[in-house]
Amino acid sequence: MTTETNKKFNIDTVENAANTPDTELPWAELGLKENEFDEIVKVLGRRPTGAELAMYSVMWSEHCSYKSSKNHLRQFGQKVTEEMKKDMLVGIGENAGVTNLGDGWAVTFKIESHNSPSFVEPYQGAATGIGGIVRDIISMGARPVAVMDPLRFGEIDHPDTARVMHGAVAGIGGYGNSLGLPNIGGEMVFDAVYQGNPLVNALAVGVMRHEDIRLANASGKGNKVVLFGARTGGDGIGGASVLASESFDDTKPSKRPAVQVGDPFAEKVLIECCLELFKGSLVEGIQDLGAAGISCATSELASNGDGGMQVELTDVLLRDPTLTPGEILMSESQERMMAVVTPENVEAFEAVMDKWAVEYAWLGEVTDTGRLIITWDGEVIVDVDPRTVAHDGPVYDRPYARPSWQDALQADAFTGSVQDAGRPSAPSELAAAVTELVASPNMCDKSWITKQYDRYVGGNTAMAFPDDAGVVRVDEKTGLGVALATDANGRYTYLDPYNGAQLALAEAYRNVATSGAVPMAVSDCLNFGSPEDPDVMWQLAESIRGLSDACMELGVPVTGGNVSLYNQTGTTPIHPSPVVAVLGKLDDVARRTPSGWKEDGQAIYLLGTTAAELDGSEWAKLRGHLGGLPPKVDLAAERQLGEILINASRDGMVDAAHDLSEGGLAAALVESSLRHGVGARIALEELLERDGVDLFTALFSESQARAIVSVPRSEEVRFKDMCTARGFAHLRIGVVDAASGSLEINGVETMSLDALREAHEGTLPKYFG
Amino acid sequence: MTELPLIGEAPVAAESRLNGARIGVVTFPGTLDDRDAARAVRLAGGTAVALWHADTELADVDAVVIPGGFSYGDYLRAGAISRFAPLMSKIIDAANSDAKLPVLGICNGFQILTESHLLPGSMIKNDHLKFLCRDQVLRVENNTTVWTADYEAGQEILVPLKNQDGQYIADEKTLDALEAEGRVAFRYVGFNPNGSRRDIAGITNAAGNVVGLMPHPEHAVEPGFGPESNAGTDGLGFFTSVLNKIVGGAK
Repeated sequence: MTTETNKKFNIDTVENAANTPDTELPWAELGLKENEFDEIVKVLGRRPTGAELAMYSVMWSEHCSYKSSKNHLRQFGQKVTEEMKKDMLVGIGENAGVTNLGDGWAVTFKIESHNSPSFVEPYQGAATGIGGIVRDIISMGARPVAVMDPLRFGEIDHPDTARVMHGAVAGIGGYGNSLGLPNIGGEMVFDAVYQGNPLVNALAVGVMRHEDIRLANASGKGNKVVLFGARTGGDGIGGASVLASESFDDTKPSKRPAVQVGDPFAEKVLIECCLELFKGSLVEGIQDLGAAGISCATSELASNGDGGMQVELTDVLLRDPTLTPGEILMSESQERMMAVVTPENVEAFEAVMDKWAVEYAWLGEVTDTGRLIITWDGEVIVDVDPRTVAHDGPVYDRPYARPSWQDALQADAFTGSVQDAGRPSAPSELAAAVTELVASPNMCDKSWITKQYDRYVGGNTAMAFPDDAGVVRVDEKTGLGVALATDANGRYTYLDPYNGAQLALAEAYRNVATSGAVPMAVSDCLNFGSPEDPDVMWQLAESIRGLSDACMELGVPVTGGNVSLYNQTGTTPIHPSPVVAVLGKLDDVARRTPSGWKEDGQAIYLLGTTAAELDGSEWAKLRGHLGGLPPKVDLAAERQLGEILINASRDGMVDAAHDLSEGGLAAALVESSLRHGVGARIALEELLERDGVDLFTALFSESQARAIVSVPRSEEVRFKDMCTARGFAHLRIGVVDAASGSLEINGVETMSLDALREAHEGTLPKYFG
Repeated sequence: MTELPLIGEAPVAAESRLNGARIGVVTFPGTLDDRDAARAVRLAGGTAVALWHADTELADVDAVVIPGGFSYGDYLRAGAISRFAPLMSKIIDAANSDAKLPVLGICNGFQILTESHLLPGSMIKNDHLKFLCRDQVLRVENNTTVWTADYEAGQEILVPLKNQDGQYIADEKTLDALEAEGRVAFRYVGFNPNGSRRDIAGITNAAGNVVGLMPHPEHAVEPGFGPESNAGTDGLGFFTSVLNKIVGGAK
């Protein structure tokens, strides 16, 4: 670079920093606390340069350092049994965990949040959420094969919800569809608590051969460091503008989007290009650029490797030539990757870049100094131990306590409440209640969203929404595949964070088992309010404790995930929303179990028992009530139910299965009937007597560890014998009736499928066009 | 030439007598359904050959499929940049030559064929302005093309549709000519998913060797991985049609 470049900025070199210890730095504006700034000075033995301050401030942020949750997250690594370790190839800490699928196949998946950008600018926020999680998957050496999106927005009729809905769904579609990744499922929840703070989470799954697993580390002195993909621009810099004192050039673009802008075409090319690099074994280590951009990539690669790296920052290809060193280090421009390449492979690496027309810049090399040294036109502006940036950030033991209002909340049961007055009991009232339930925003048909996503691309989608889990084939020769489901119920978790988090896991686990897959691994996205609020911190601590206990009991390890804090509007936090994704394995995806029944005369069985559990339910939400205790958790029963569903799938004993969760039996019966427009005749008298509940409770209770299945006549005896042998409650509650065109439940006025469909499918179009 | 980045290997071809027919599948930057098109060729019994947009020679292939996707991001006009790829000029020449190379353009491939002037008209944004993914019923209006010979005339087939810019438009004169010459190859039945003129889902050139359509027959070739109703394999006929034609012609 020319010396003119150098003159554009007042470069704060390490030498200068050492000589000017009293220079005031904008650490507070960059989000650092005084104790954190003092710690940086202590670590360096001098004040940081502007560039170093930029790096530490982003890497020590809550988002990158997990400083408030780290102490609690440790439980996921501690509560691990031999059974859970068996198939774990790469655990927490890398870009994404890796699980052994057998036959030499491995699968990697992860869920992440992109909440606040998606409120500010829903389209780009949601789009780049997909982009980021997909790059995490590529970084592991895997080919991404599917995505999913759990979404939580404000009330459906709030004027701002349509803005977020249209933008986020179009963004997820616009980006994901252009990558050639089928979108196989997700969630859509409407609740006022998410009005000013929607949750846009994104999950990606990828597959690879064992030998292709790649890790983010920079090893081997003399190996080259390369940045490739999109150019670095001013997007997503956020707080870095306070470092403007670096610049005396006032002609630079003033409007910097705080939200990054995505380019899915660049990402698609990057995917193919990286896979070609992996295939040729052309990279030693690789890291995607996400939050904290180059700061994160250089410090993580260096600290995970032999310990040293030297980088020249003026070699970074820029979209905006006026960017200062600090801004370049913090920029969150999308579609970029950093890799470590041996000198022998440089030429072959460049050939792959040229083939895909991807831009790249060689920035420096791996050293054995143990230092991360970044220069600007030869002058040292960063000289740090990379571990202190990437791994040794501050850790806080935030104070937490059970909220003073928790007892009163739990004492406020739905049954007997003002909102429970006039509970439906007459046949016509019950039919109206079922119809109202399935038309409600949270229980209605979500195809307004899902039809905007490509579920076919790749040709390996064996099952997608609205079935219980998304199923993707991995090996075309054997049919080996994976099933995925995500779940969370913020209302349950608000009532009881420990049990609520367990219920999220239980439901995702049940969904995967319902599809016939064996649950293997967990990824979680913990969406909470401010950790500086002891009430919220208690919700977080309890949820992590609950989830980690439940993972151990169900034998499924957490292999990765993400924590998103400060999700609140003013001082009002969202409901604690631990979104749990479970991944399962199917030896042959042809054996998957779909959710809708088709064959006339098949027997419908209800598995599990029903108690009066209406607190926190969708019915209670419809009546404007939230209080009491969530449904009881019974993980042993979940495991048993899972085994029954998996065996039934493997041995061809059931043709359809649908888990019971939000909306209880009523929702499940309607969904299974509407799936293929095939009705059923249901009689619940025996159930009412066995479980001691009334008809309304049987239909609307959200008791856990339950599912309905349709069983071919020829398999009925075998299926019943299996349930009996395992001592699991099972009851024949009806038959599939293909000719009726209706759902008939004794004691409930007959409901035509046409009317149910109109109610179920009409809601989202009514609000969103 | 590039090797298609397939995961695993596709199931073995059903009919080995068609193995000798080689169908090229073109990959542009941003192409998405190339592996799917190659799988469809194999499931129909043929041999899929990967073609790269930058290749300056057309490899030894008997037919070409230009698959779906978002080549060059569709940031300009869908297909407008891809049309100028070195390989496209070879394909255009071969399609127009006496040998009449069979060419099928699916979705983005159809858009590339109209941009290449191998087929008339153009595609604009769907009338409802959203991306739409659904199982779509089509009627085969012309079963005399090399890509539709295995269907009955008037047969209704179910294949996935997924696009954002799928609204077929042309001036009235062109549309009248297409109708008069029997060059409307497929029409949407029951529901026009994007506002296409005269419900046109796909068209053919006069010689019947170049066919383009917006829906995705390559996603209806394998039970369990395509549409849920019917057998889910209604798209296979495109590929068997051309393979039978090639093999039959060689006898």
